[in-house]
Amino acid sequence: MDLGPHAAFIWASYVIYGGVVAALILWLVWDGSRLKAKLAELEARGVSRRAQRSAAPQKDA
Amino acid sequence: MSHMTQQSLTQRLANPTRFMDLSRRILPWLAGAAAALIVYALYLAFFVAPPDYQQGETVKIMFIHVPAAWLGMMGYALIAISSFGYLVFRHPLADVSAKAAAPLGAAFTFLALVTGSLWGKPMWGTYWVWDARLTSMLILLFLYLGLMALRSAIEDEALAGKLCAVLGLVGVTILPIIKFSVDWWNTLHQPASVIRMDGPTIHNDLLIPLVYSAIGFSLLFFTLHMKGMRNEILRRRLKSLTMAEVDRARTVSASAAAE
Repeated sequence: MDLGPHAAFIWASYVIYGGVVAALILWLVWDGSRLKAKLAELEARGVSRRAQRSAAPQKDA
Repeated sequence: MSHMTQQSLTQRLANPTRFMDLSRRILPWLAGAAAALIVYALYLAFFVAPPDYQQGETVKIMFIHVPAAWLGMMGYALIAISSFGYLVFRHPLADVSAKAAAPLGAAFTFLALVTGSLWGKPMWGTYWVWDARLTSMLILLFLYLGLMALRSAIEDEALAGKLCAVLGLVGVTILPIIKFSVDWWNTLHQPASVIRMDGPTIHNDLLIPLVYSAIGFSLLFFTLHMKGMRNEILRRRLKSLTMAEVDRARTVSASAAAE
């Protein structure tokens, strides 16, 4: 593909654009996974949300 | 009539648990549609669109520069609307939306500035000029950075939300300045050529790939925004659970000490 005498400017634009968009996607996915893992860890220790507690069946009733 | 049907859509979405459930189902479809449109737009940009009669192949930069600039501005409009919703209606997800939009808007504004600079060098002979359009876009980037810095400087979530909402609403004045800067002042930047009262002045061969690219990147923005909102809701849940655990540990140790 011949992009003419200014090809370097065109490729640089697309590479930087792709890099920033990829970084945004990876950051959001990583952040979500990290938060889910921490929440699961807390819930495994018996700390749970009020909404979940009230929705859960009353075993000791 | 049930209680559910009496609620408006906004009220129903105001419930974070319901939002999490709905967004979990929508997100893969939104991401897929964004990816498909972006790939198609890139195909049109590189294999179908002709070079511009004056700018040659550098016009290919337009297919990413223009959507980035639009999304940079749209991100701030989203922050302003969310801020209004938070301050006036106390919508529980409005602050979450404003917080999630800030880094995305900042990233696209940054990309508009960088790609504009890389387009400017071969066309104008310079990477940067203190022109009204470029300078107002740079101020928009600083507004985003200011919003993010303000939020991270305040630990109290509610106070941070209120202050950021006020700044978000005040800062929205930059949007008409950016839009009309090319009409109000003599600038190196070209005037509007797509969104005009008398219709676009770009040939369809270049306009169609641009429209696909704009829609594709807009869908990507909404996908990332939804994901960012989900993350923020999880972060707030984690914070409240951690606080609850700390309180419980304090109570246990206090009662043990009393015995």
